[in-house]
Amino acid sequence: MSTATDAPKSAPRRGGKAPAGERVADWADGRVGVYSLAKANMRKIFPDHWSFLLGEICLYAFVIIILTGVYLTLFFVPSMAEVEYEGSYIPMQGVLMSEAYASTLDISFDVRGGLLMREIHHWAALIFVVAIFFHMMRVFFTGAFRKPREINWLFGFLLLLLAMGTGLTGYSLPDDLLSGTGVRFMEGAILAVPVVGTWLQMFLFGGEFPGYDIIPRFFVVHVLLLPGLMVGLIVAHLILIVFHKHTHFAGPGRTNSNVVGMPLFPVYAAKAGGFFFLVFGLIAMIAATTSINPVWVLGPYRPDQVSTNAQPDWYMGFSEGLVRLMPAWEIVLFDSYTLNLGLLTPLVVLPLMLGALALYPFFESWVTKDQREHHIAERPRNAPTRTAFGVAWLSWYFIALVAGGNDLWAINFGLSINSITYFGRVAFFVVPVVVFIIVRRICLGLQRRDREKVLHGRETGIIKRLPHGEFVEVHEPLSQEKLYALTAHDQQRPAELPAATDANGVTRKVGVVEKVRVRISRSYFGDSGQVTKPTAEEYREITSGEGHHH
Amino acid sequence: MKKLSARRRHPLAALVVLLFALATTGGLYTALAPAGEAKAEASDSSLAIEEGKKLYAVGCSSCHGLGGQGGSDGPSLVGVGAAAVDFQVATGRMPMAAEGPQAPKKPKDYSPEETAQLAAYIATFGPGPAIPESSAYNPADGDSAKGGELFRTNCAQCHNFTGQGGALTHGKYAPNLKDVEPRHIYEAMLTGPQAMPSFPDSVLPPDQKRDIIAWLDAVNTSESPNEGGFTLGGFGPVSEGLYAWTFGIGVLVAAAVWIAAHTAKARKS
Ligand code: HEC
Ligand code: HEC
Ligand code: HEM
Repeated sequence: MSTATDAPKSAPRRGGKAPAGERVADWADGRVGVYSLAKANMRKIFPDHWSFLLGEICLYAFVIIILTGVYLTLFFVPSMAEVEYEGSYIPMQGVLMSEAYASTLDISFDVRGGLLMREIHHWAALIFVVAIFFHMMRVFFTGAFRKPREINWLFGFLLLLLAMGTGLTGYSLPDDLLSGTGVRFMEGAILAVPVVGTWLQMFLFGGEFPGYDIIPRFFVVHVLLLPGLMVGLIVAHLILIVFHKHTHFAGPGRTNSNVVGMPLFPVYAAKAGGFFFLVFGLIAMIAATTSINPVWVLGPYRPDQVSTNAQPDWYMGFSEGLVRLMPAWEIVLFDSYTLNLGLLTPLVVLPLMLGALALYPFFESWVTKDQREHHIAERPRNAPTRTAFGVAWLSWYFIALVAGGNDLWAINFGLSINSITYFGRVAFFVVPVVVFIIVRRICLGLQRRDREKVLHGRETGIIKRLPHGEFVEVHEPLSQEKLYALTAHDQQRPAELPAATDANGVTRKVGVVEKVRVRISRSYFGDSGQVTKPTAEEYREITSGEGHHH
Repeated sequence: MKKLSARRRHPLAALVVLLFALATTGGLYTALAPAGEAKAEASDSSLAIEEGKKLYAVGCSSCHGLGGQGGSDGPSLVGVGAAAVDFQVATGRMPMAAEGPQAPKKPKDYSPEETAQLAAYIATFGPGPAIPESSAYNPADGDSAKGGELFRTNCAQCHNFTGQGGALTHGKYAPNLKDVEPRHIYEAMLTGPQAMPSFPDSVLPPDQKRDIIAWLDAVNTSESPNEGGFTLGGFGPVSEGLYAWTFGIGVLVAAAVWIAAHTAKARKS
């Protein structure tokens, strides 16, 4: 049906007006300028690479969490008032519990679809943070945080912190024995803060632990404050992506000043829409088949009860691990004031750990003094020091994470919990260093192999015997496309200290900081930090003398 | 007969034969098994003590001493009672096989009859808790909700919320209580094996013990319902996190790779 034939027929009836759709569009355009907005944004290009969809997984998981969360909010009662359970789960009937816990049991057993919603909500939350990690690592290892995207990196990192906070508060809401133990743990950490600890604790809990305030307060933070902040930040994150445009991997025609991919409308939008339903479906499938946080067997929280295997959700697991690794040291000051180092040290190490990763982009830009914009996603091997740092950081994080489950590894693998803890303490300091060294080597090796491939071609696995009896492997030259992809990255030169004397023969003063920077820059870009990529001359020289080289 | 052999190849024939075989074995078992128990009951108690003494001399005295006075390899058994012997021997913990942080549960060495004889003999060393009557530990008579509260107060700090087990120091552990026989749960509470404290009736009256057994029956046997679906071993956030990091993100990344590979371009080629 084309508008051209419709228009004359309808024209007399509607008093010469344009079709409805057009009028609505006109109206909107006149007020908010949708036409120019749409024209600019529907043609936004999005490159095709699976790792660029990780951010989308985060986005969709977030949407799923909001949708299911709204449903749960309809039935959840954020109150610590005590009631006797009378619902349909027999092994809890007659038990005294908070309304929060009772309503969680009701959602699980007496609200239609409630259990499925709870499980989708919780699984989506766990997967959300895993996806954020994957997404963040994609951005990190491709150097997509470099100018002009530093702010977006920070927005992203803030989203990670907020996601952790939202998870922590949500996990605590049902007021079950497991999460209550977690809240108690948190209370202990707050009390360990010197000077203001006790005051902070009283302020947060509205009195002695556990009191009646913490669940209602967590509820507001969990359903309103943090999600609100996250929505705002996600919008800002996405606006910045549209503004900066997406990075892409180097290839013929894919340069630092363009983006090659599918336009947002219609191809990309269709794919993205389909992907949303795929993500929703897969998470729903996991939730429908696999139990998560079965609070009904955990019992209501009571300060006089504890259980083994009490762990937080995985994204807080590293904080649990830091505490389990730290020896329970105490210092008594002036015979009266106790510093609880067992909790205080993890409390200091935790932000340092997260900060090390969050601020790395700024460290790198300080080292490189690079002012150019970067829109090409770098291959991890071409930035060995950065890649090594990233993997080392991950190993550091995972040691803390694994230590958080030390009792489970002990019982399931027949190990001693004490040995695991001692091992973890050593590993926490040693493993990241070892990983750093090894990964850097591997990257350099891969660079060297790329160089070989460019100059001598691909090993075909075909062995040829030359007339004089020598065996050689046939090497096949790479395609132009491959050659481009392997040599497109730019390589920085190491920084140098300025000459000791300036043009007038006056000795120059070089600050300590600058000296350190030059040192670091050398280790990044000196001969030990990268393998020089083949130049066009080298390539021509070798290919013209083809035959002798293999 | 002809009819029967004609049906031999019927698709359901195998099933029928299987059911028949199962029914026969089951029937044989029920016909024979109680006979053994009946014999044990019938046997004179002093006879049982005599038999027990012989078994003890061979299997236990090397560590626990000839008169149960104990030695360098095993503690004194004076006053441990028949309940402790029944628990230790029927769960296979005794005779202890190898040095280790803790004597583990293993396939049992003695038949129920021999176990009863050992128990009868060791009970003569000194007064101790007797083997409970079956009415004392029938889960159907207990209140699982009360039992849950008692379990969380008295047992969860070692055995976990639902008795999934937990690690103690230096390689010791509180075992998973899944499918442990009610009688052994009762005896464990009564006698406190190894690192576990004992809960005599003055601390935990018999009806409360039965409530605890009812709770474990409701949440931690092979037949207990798993309302939420597949439980991932019931280890809580650690196994859930592991699952999210492997299967969860795995299928989503696979979906992402698939979506990215199917571009509009790909259709043309
Ligand atoms: C290899 C040495 C060894 C042998 C053989 C052995 N035990 Fe023991 N038994 C021990 C040790 C050691 C303990 C203490 C376990 C612990 O607390 O870790 C023990 C504990 C016990 C207890 C629990 C005592 C209490 O205080 O509750 C009983 C009952 C017992 N043994 C019975 C037996 C019987 C019956 C046999 C023979 C069938 C036997 N043991 C064979 C070493 C042995
Ligand atoms: C201090 C920690 C601790 C507490 C508290 C504790 N247990 Fe145990 N429990 C253990 C240990 C350790 C063992 C292993 C003993 C052995 O192997 O001989 C055990 C063994 C058992 C067994 C035997 C399991 C089997 O596989 O045969 C049962 C049943 C049991 N406990 C039940 C309970 C109950 C019920 C309570 C609460 C009333 C309780 N335990 C409290 C530490 C504890
Ligand atoms: C709530 C969590 C998050 C959501 C919903 C989200 C969403 C997205 C989306 C949809 C994209 C574009 C697609 C892509 O490149 O994958 C993107 C890009 C980006 N994200 Fe995130 N993200 C989140 C968290 C983070 C985190 C934790 C970081 C890093 C600390 C981060 C840093 C970036 C950067 C720098 C880009 C631009 C990448 C490029 O252009 O190559 N984001 N984000």
